[in-house]
Amino acid sequence: MSQRRVVVTGLGATTPLGGDVDTTWKAILAGHSGVRLLTEEWRELLPVHFAARVATEPSEQMERVEMRRLDRSEQFALIASREAWKDAGSPDDIDKERLGVVIASGIGGVITLLDQFNILNEKGARSVSPHTVPMLMPNGPAANVGLELQAKAGVHTPVSACASGAEAIGYALEMIRTNRADIIVAGGVEAAIHQLPMAGFAAMKALSTRNDDPARASRPYDANRDGFVLGEGGGVLVLEEYEHAKARGAKIYCEISGQGLTSDGYHIAAPDPDGSGVQRAIKFALANAGLSAKDIFHLNAHATSTPAGDVAEANALRKALGADADHVAVSATKSMTGHLLGGAGAIESVFIVKALQDRLAPPTINIDNLDPAVTVDVVRDKPRALPTGDIAALNDSFGFGGHNVVLVFNTI
Amino acid sequence: MSLSQADVLAGIKEIVEEVAGIPAASIELDKNFTDDLEVDSLSMVEVVVECENRFGVKIPDEKVTDLITVGDAVNFIVEASK
Repeated sequence: MSQRRVVVTGLGATTPLGGDVDTTWKAILAGHSGVRLLTEEWRELLPVHFAARVATEPSEQMERVEMRRLDRSEQFALIASREAWKDAGSPDDIDKERLGVVIASGIGGVITLLDQFNILNEKGARSVSPHTVPMLMPNGPAANVGLELQAKAGVHTPVSACASGAEAIGYALEMIRTNRADIIVAGGVEAAIHQLPMAGFAAMKALSTRNDDPARASRPYDANRDGFVLGEGGGVLVLEEYEHAKARGAKIYCEISGQGLTSDGYHIAAPDPDGSGVQRAIKFALANAGLSAKDIFHLNAHATSTPAGDVAEANALRKALGADADHVAVSATKSMTGHLLGGAGAIESVFIVKALQDRLAPPTINIDNLDPAVTVDVVRDKPRALPTGDIAALNDSFGFGGHNVVLVFNTI
Repeated sequence: MSLSQADVLAGIKEIVEEVAGIPAASIELDKNFTDDLEVDSLSMVEVVVECENRFGVKIPDEKVTDLITVGDAVNFIVEASK
């Protein structure tokens, strides 16, 4: 039996650039930044005073009573999943035992955890919300979406820091290929804009401190980049077995044809400067997809705007693809969205699907002076047309702990 | 200070609306929390703690399972406030 193929039939997102996919994608193509000064007083405790909050607060998209039982990350998951499910044509008559959910989060319900700890200290144990545990558990976003859709093929939450969202999509691909399910709602979310996680990232010197110019702080590949900008939100894709999608007349965006996963075994937070783990992940992903370097025309890079990471990734891409890297339009959309941690690989996969649909690689903003160490072809300032014909694109995601995940999408 | 049945019912209506999103107008003494108002076990914990805070009474955990209807809760709180 030939391998079951998997296609994308629905998209959803809530991001610092919009409360849905269309609004977000228009802002991405226009090169807008979603990064702003925080308005909370606690920002003064930190060396970093800005972040990329979602453009549309969940309170504008869901009922108050529902919200109070959900962590912010779970709210993002439901908002994005509802959009994606509707976009897929709301296939509610699917056999629920063939429907799964894989939604990741890097940190889980950290805001709930910290808020309830404060309530415990101030008011005592009896005042701690009975919803605390379902709100803080990292599988909460996936579980709530699974509950809403009554998914019974399996609900999962891979956790690999900033690679989590991509890993979730890869896991979903495998679930369909191995015939565990016909449709998976897959993606990643994060809601960690809070003084404690931000203080932790700042202590690692991972965050940009460009407080005088927040919208220009996230600048992947720029010579003067000084760290990432924390973002929040999430992205969700409906993945579906190809024949199943065709049989119900679904709109098919593109195919997801492969994934490659490796680990560095090098350092808990720093990228391996040799980039061999990333190179292997790219090669495995291409082999898994049955494609070669000549087929790749676009990369949505991990590129978080940290001094070490961006160059290590670019070098790995160059080594893995060789001369074929010359025809890869590299986009770093974190320059506009900030870094959504466990949501990053998911929204960036949404952007790849849109890029293949529109044949447009999104821009990378804020590059005043391209770092001369970057040896790949970065799309700067304005979108760039992608070629006609059959083309494929890669999504790189890497996480603290040395996790490397590469996904392959292609036109169909 | 003892509380009147009307005061307690009015307070519980507000609490259940806040916690579970049930319109206050549909909350009456004979309504069953679980079957009629769809207050699940987790939300019931919230209702109990809010009642304790608002009415200044203690509702022991072993009594909570006896509070089947809104009337049960009102009566318990009125008695406890005496």
